[in-house]
Amino acid sequence: MMHARERMLGRLRAAAPAPSDDAALDRRIGAHYSAAPPQSAALVDAFERALVASRADVWRATAADWPAQLAQRIAAHGARRLLLDPAGAEGAALLAALPPTVAPLPFRAPLEQWTDELFDTVDAGFTVARSGIAATGTLVLAPDPGTPRTVSLVPPLHIALVYADTLHATLFDAVQAERWGDGMPSNLVLVSGPSKTSDIQQTLAYGAHGPRWMWVVIVTERGTP
Amino acid sequence: MKARSLQFVPPADFHARAGAALADPKLRASFRGAMDFLQARRGTQFPDALELERLRDLGEAVRQHALANLPQLLVQLEEKLQAAGAQVHWAETAEEANAIIAGIAAARGARKVIKGKSMASEEIELNHYLAARGVDCVESDMGEYIVQMAGEKPSHIVMPAIHKTREDIGALFEQHIPGTPYSDDVDTLIQTGRRALRKAFAEADIGLSGVNFAAADTGTLWLVENEGNGRLSTTVPDVHIAIMGMEKVVARLAHIVPLASLLTRSATGQAITTYFNLISGPRRPGELDGPRELHLVLLDNGRSQAYADEQLRSTLQCIRCGACMNHCPVYGRIGGHAYGTTYPGPIGKIISPHLLGLEATADLATASSLCGACGEVCPVRIPIPALLVRLRTEANRDPREQVAHPLKGQGAKFSRGEKLVWRFWSGAFAHPAAYRTFRLAATRLRALTPGEQLGWTRHRTPLRPAARSLADLLRERGQPE
Repeated sequence: MMHARERMLGRLRAAAPAPSDDAALDRRIGAHYSAAPPQSAALVDAFERALVASRADVWRATAADWPAQLAQRIAAHGARRLLLDPAGAEGAALLAALPPTVAPLPFRAPLEQWTDELFDTVDAGFTVARSGIAATGTLVLAPDPGTPRTVSLVPPLHIALVYADTLHATLFDAVQAERWGDGMPSNLVLVSGPSKTSDIQQTLAYGAHGPRWMWVVIVTERGTP
Repeated sequence: MKARSLQFVPPADFHARAGAALADPKLRASFRGAMDFLQARRGTQFPDALELERLRDLGEAVRQHALANLPQLLVQLEEKLQAAGAQVHWAETAEEANAIIAGIAAARGARKVIKGKSMASEEIELNHYLAARGVDCVESDMGEYIVQMAGEKPSHIVMPAIHKTREDIGALFEQHIPGTPYSDDVDTLIQTGRRALRKAFAEADIGLSGVNFAAADTGTLWLVENEGNGRLSTTVPDVHIAIMGMEKVVARLAHIVPLASLLTRSATGQAITTYFNLISGPRRPGELDGPRELHLVLLDNGRSQAYADEQLRSTLQCIRCGACMNHCPVYGRIGGHAYGTTYPGPIGKIISPHLLGLEATADLATASSLCGACGEVCPVRIPIPALLVRLRTEANRDPREQVAHPLKGQGAKFSRGEKLVWRFWSGAFAHPAAYRTFRLAATRLRALTPGEQLGWTRHRTPLRPAARSLADLLRERGQPE
């Protein structure tokens, strides 16, 4: 359909007004979002408040404590099969703390080789967020080979770990500080709570297609390696 | 579920359908409740009027900047996506877009398509087109799923099943999903839908989605949703096809930040939706999920007609939040189906003439009191009332008149008789002698005024000149005319 492309562009070029320059608009957007950066403690508070408002379960823990705490909660929830990346430091720490009732499961093969098993038998998925956004209670997830996209999407419980020192005040700050404009991964997902819908008579219901429950562990101090 | 042929309703029958909708108390209650809810929700998101106005300025600036550079941005988006391994297709018409998508499906022997929400796919009536070629489309957005099951079209661009009660939906699920007992509990209904659709995600050959925003600098498609069906549709099947109105691209990823904030706050009164899904290419080597193929279909379908005219170009600033319909006194009373167009409400009135021509849509622009609510809530400051007036003018323009950017269907409402009446009217008011004669005749012959005055007397008492004119009364009081 090369001719369609040329005709569409031809019509637009014939009608286009004078092109405008990015720089002026960039400055304007920057000025709109410029504010004194809040203190780290205020960021964590705002982040937690917004996530709780979106019906996520949120708690804070230290680097030393979180694996055992989380493992115990997972067991108490009744989850039996947990997706995690054993090659990641956090995945390995959680794996070591899991009781025998919870079976750890790496994302072992391309999705299409085990779609039904993933859809029908996995109770929870564990991810480590790249960062967080305080204003809206949002996790920035960058899926990778160890933790693909479906880990935070298909199981009914999504558990995300985020380090307090990665929190940004706003989405704009995250885009600027992490230089998203310089290049993006094939998929980047911003998650703000469990899956929900109000498509039936404006009544809110959770677990529409994605996770029904979302847990967020905020690691307040990284500890000494 | 078997794909059903959709009953396309010609927008030309607007008046009849609006009348029927007004007489349906159940429908009216559904819409009234929904409008009140959505207006209140939006209100909670903008407690600071100054911040709202500044953000609207910014949203308008971002969209105008993008439109000013549109041809270059589309080429840049294409290059970026191609470099990431995606394929970009250009479609001038709905037919071309359908043929491109059917071609992709046919080349892979695909029989099953799972769909995330896409108004552009509604606009081209893709489900119907593919069904006729043996490809089954299943809508996975809960609202769209319900509407498809009922064999209807969405009645709202953000909340497609807004016209249905939970009792309606309970009956629908009982009838169409095997082994489902009747329930009108919303949580139960959603879990039923989730179970029914999970299988469809796992079995689909192709996932099809819309696009909320695209960034030219990074080649990113930005999808906004709450349910997760959009993520599943764009992640699980081996092929992902995204379809997008060509006006949706902006220069930079960072420019989407204010737009996304305006969109979710204006649409459903949320600071952010559950998911922002940013897609910048197909599955890369080493990755274990995500589609191996990514296609983007860029759709014109009449948009370049709006683009060609400096005033009408602002129509393309729209980010499809639906706030204009949520605040429209006409939409709130007649609902979305009465319009007969894919996009109902104020935005539908100003975009549909470009997609469908004025012959079919000329009545839509007149179904407005020009109260201005739509323009006031529009997050990107589209001057909707001014555009309605402009479209009325174009619909009444002499079809033979040569203008710089003629609209398809120019003069659809043109009437020689009406034009003559107005010419007489302006002549009488421009010439004092003629006006005095007209005034004398009107006041003396008032008894002859007909009781039936075309459309006017359908809902109003007849117009009749006063016995004495204002000039007569003034003269009696000793004041000059």
